[in-house]
Amino acid sequence: MTEEALKDLLYKIADDLLILGHRNSEWTGVGPLLEEDIAFSSMAQDKVGQSLAFYQLLHQLGEQDPDTVAFTRNAEQFHNSQFVELPIGEYDFSLIRHFLFDHADYIRFSMLAECPIEEVAKVARKLKGEIKYHVMHANTWIKQLATANEEAHDRLQKSLEKALPYALGMFEPSKFEKEIVEAGVYPGEAEIEKQWKENIAIVLEEAGLKLPDWNSIEAVYGGRYGKHTEHLQPLVEEMSEVFRVDPTADW
Amino acid sequence: MTITEDKILELLKEVKDPEIPVISLVDLGVITGIKIDGDHVTVNMTPTFIGCPAMDYMKNDVIEVLNKHDITNHTVNLNLDTTWSSDMISDEGKRALKKFGLAPPPVHNNVIEDLDIIEHAECPNCDSTNTTLKSPFGPTLCRSLHHCNNCGEAFESFKPI
Repeated sequence: MTEEALKDLLYKIADDLLILGHRNSEWTGVGPLLEEDIAFSSMAQDKVGQSLAFYQLLHQLGEQDPDTVAFTRNAEQFHNSQFVELPIGEYDFSLIRHFLFDHADYIRFSMLAECPIEEVAKVARKLKGEIKYHVMHANTWIKQLATANEEAHDRLQKSLEKALPYALGMFEPSKFEKEIVEAGVYPGEAEIEKQWKENIAIVLEEAGLKLPDWNSIEAVYGGRYGKHTEHLQPLVEEMSEVFRVDPTADW
Repeated sequence: MTITEDKILELLKEVKDPEIPVISLVDLGVITGIKIDGDHVTVNMTPTFIGCPAMDYMKNDVIEVLNKHDITNHTVNLNLDTTWSSDMISDEGKRALKKFGLAPPPVHNNVIEDLDIIEHAECPNCDSTNTTLKSPFGPTLCRSLHHCNNCGEAFESFKPI
């Protein structure tokens, strides 16, 4: 497998985590209740920290240092799925996104924990334990709210339907998909997608939420190769504002 | 002074977790190995949580303590060679956490299937397990929030991971 293929894989993972971490942090101070305010803030901190671990791996492969990579690129240079850059919306949307994203990332890291590239496997093993709490948190709230009352149920159902086309974009195949899978790095996006569909279906059924027919949903691709919504550039500018004031500052 | 692994471990007991200042890094289990090669000392550390902002402080504190004891020929590595687990917290460390008011993490042997494992954490104030999990996320990444139905106190627990 070429180094280019590995970098492609690491960039999309890192960028998803960085961007969703920043989105999650937008709940700090305005969460619907104190515990959720803290939960989204903690998950934001986890995700930004986790993205750093992947930017460090990229740095070891010759890419620029993590701060430069995270804070000096423009939107079209990011490899995140469009799913994670969408605005936080109402709490129901953020919760659904958190649920759909973390289930996928848990599978991704469980697979990468077995990766023959030991440096990648070590990070994945570590993250798996942390993401587990994100998944458990999402499952608890999805079940609790979806069975609470009609309004909560309907809101979650609508957010689920809105989120799914974008969520499928998480599994956009890499240009190097065949190469990566043949090298045994991990079983690939299609395999994550398959397991993800099974896992989320179990929780959604318990919650009484309906999954539409998968064939009726068209995945929103493009994010992995620089095609983003109008929401990403303003987010990138906001999160890099302090860094750009003085890129040489030592914190 | 002859430098030995035990001697270094003893010195490092001085270094406390910056966010939970009652537990040493040794008892927390983040010091994963010490190697002595002639007069060169290597200390390996592993993070509790990858996004924990205290890790850099911990590393610097380790360096400071070594320097203070005139051990200046050293390398301190913070890496993921050993994956940290809360099962690595020593019994002494668990007692210190409880005294501090933090419920110690239950031993899990890498089996954490759902939140049931922390649903009824033991209250550090009254030892009751008639408690309720309020949130798996607390004021720091490693803590969860609970309420004791017996003594009425809110408390935090160190999460099993």
